[in-house]
Amino acid sequence: MTQDLLKVDGLKAYYQMNYFGVTREVRAVDDITMTIRKNEVYGIAGESSSGKTSFIKVLAAAIRPPLRIVAGSVKYDFKSGPIDVATASPAEIEAVRWRRLSYIMQGSMSVLNPLRRIGKTFEDFAMRPLGLTGEAYRARILNHLERLKLPADVLRAYPHELSGGMRQRVTIGLATVCHPEFVIADEPTTALDVVVQKEVLGLIREIQQDMGSSVIFVTHDMSVHANMADRVGIIYAGRLVEEGPTREMFFAPKHPYTAHLVASLPRIGDTTQRPALEGRPPNLADPPKGCRFHPRCPLAVDKCRTEVPPLETVGKDHRTACWRWQDVQPLVSPHAAHGVMA
Amino acid sequence: MSTLLDVRNVNKRFATGGLMGRRVVDAVQDANLTLSSDKPEIFTIIGESGSGKTTLARMILGLELPTSGEISFAGKTVSHRVGRQERLEFMAKVQPVFQNPFEAFNPLKRVDRYLESTAKRFLKLKSRDDLDGAMDGALQKVGLSLAEVRGRYPHEMSGGQLQRAAIARALIPNPPLLVADEPVSMVDASLRMSIVNLLKSLRDDLGVSVIYITHDLATAYYISNRLIIMQRGRIVEMGDARTVLDNPEHPYSRLLKASVLSTEDAGDGKLATDPAMVELANELVRRPGRLVDRPDGRMVRTYDRV
Repeated sequence: MTQDLLKVDGLKAYYQMNYFGVTREVRAVDDITMTIRKNEVYGIAGESSSGKTSFIKVLAAAIRPPLRIVAGSVKYDFKSGPIDVATASPAEIEAVRWRRLSYIMQGSMSVLNPLRRIGKTFEDFAMRPLGLTGEAYRARILNHLERLKLPADVLRAYPHELSGGMRQRVTIGLATVCHPEFVIADEPTTALDVVVQKEVLGLIREIQQDMGSSVIFVTHDMSVHANMADRVGIIYAGRLVEEGPTREMFFAPKHPYTAHLVASLPRIGDTTQRPALEGRPPNLADPPKGCRFHPRCPLAVDKCRTEVPPLETVGKDHRTACWRWQDVQPLVSPHAAHGVMA
Repeated sequence: MSTLLDVRNVNKRFATGGLMGRRVVDAVQDANLTLSSDKPEIFTIIGESGSGKTTLARMILGLELPTSGEISFAGKTVSHRVGRQERLEFMAKVQPVFQNPFEAFNPLKRVDRYLESTAKRFLKLKSRDDLDGAMDGALQKVGLSLAEVRGRYPHEMSGGQLQRAAIARALIPNPPLLVADEPVSMVDASLRMSIVNLLKSLRDDLGVSVIYITHDLATAYYISNRLIIMQRGRIVEMGDARTVLDNPEHPYSRLLKASVLSTEDAGDGKLATDPAMVELANELVRRPGRLVDRPDGRMVRTYDRV
């Protein structure tokens, strides 16, 4: 039985700035509706300035001005009770943070305080939410480190003494030590080498299955999603443009942007010319009218320039926001490369 | 066959710490490679962080001096300890492209000013029209135009555009060799291929050789002619890109290939790496071994049994 853990409904979060009487508004998250189930890995892909970081800031309840929730709700259904990030008080959020809702951050070097030993950092993060002290606390931490395949003496080490992969495992350890129900992973492997990346991804997956929690995994690297996610959602210019089961997203995408992202991945054993998408991501302070992808879209017609396509259901768990989704061809096979991009 | 770049028995050793607790790191050990000037190619250096690939690139650019061995470019030894005139001549022929375009450009300086000062310095141009012509010519080669770039600051351009502008700047003195250190790792997925395709067209249409440094085997396979794979300062495998990557021989090369995430089995969640493979590759780090020629033209580091 699958249940929903997180329901995002019509979420709009804008950066609203007012400098010297001039008001500027950046619509970083513009009407996103999605659900995340218990015990699944949901991958979010999107390029920089697509609003994906703003979106996960809202999910992580780390909203600071000038970012504001303008409309919609972000409802978690934790074991401790439901909570809506949009309306919750700071105290309510404090009660779930780290215990229920945690966050694996990107640069492990900037997460860990370089002047504190790892053990002290663990105390800072975990002692209060766990509510344990002395032997019980220590046993819990050691047990957790063992699960992460980290030796116990990392607790005595300073961050600079560890390799990049170990540091990233430590940050994963910090994020998961309280067995949270929902983990946000923001590009946790971008700075890592291929061998270590695979190891860290495997570890996240293992811990996720062990704890039965949900993970929202953010990266622009589609090959990571291919191996990690149960479902993938694509964010473009502040909107969710397509979401679906991972396999379908790769082999039968229903949005030209997804088709492009998949097609542009180079593969070993294949040297056919890869299409490159021209143009640049739109400016969210002044997004294009109609479908926001239309200036770069090979399939764009007049309708796309004026009317915003709704997120339609096109298959089981599969939704897309494209007027011409029926015409989108998967670009994976080299022979079909002329289909969409011509 | 005339030699463009010749790297011969190059070693680089860094020392850290003071008198007490002094440690040495052999960043590059016994590197040999040659690029010919007759046939432009994309020569890829693959390695993880700490493999010495960036140190090797910095030595080719003359920013570091090798501890032993010699690097020569078109017959002249590469070094920054030469006269200004000679150094400028070298810099006009070997140009770098860096990893993160947002860090390579000063955010307070307009992008066209970089192009302009490069044109002034290397092409010795003075008049406004000549300068504009040189800048526009270089920008056209990368699919931009002076009209698009003029007067813009780095934050007003996308990462892909900025990286192209960085490549355009490097192309102004018409160098026969570009050294690109991870040029796509900070660029967004949708723009990455445009940069990679650009490097390819520089080689095919303009005859520029590129030393492409990366840890991404997939793009390396896609564009490079030859490649070397480095592990902790040592070249472990070297040869034609397709030959090596289709069927890597050295355990470390195999490990790298096995770690590339494939999209073929998307959704299956296969993430296990064979631990024996990792162990074998790690064990070989400590042993010197030697490079041996193979009949298919590649060189592989082999080890005597112990």
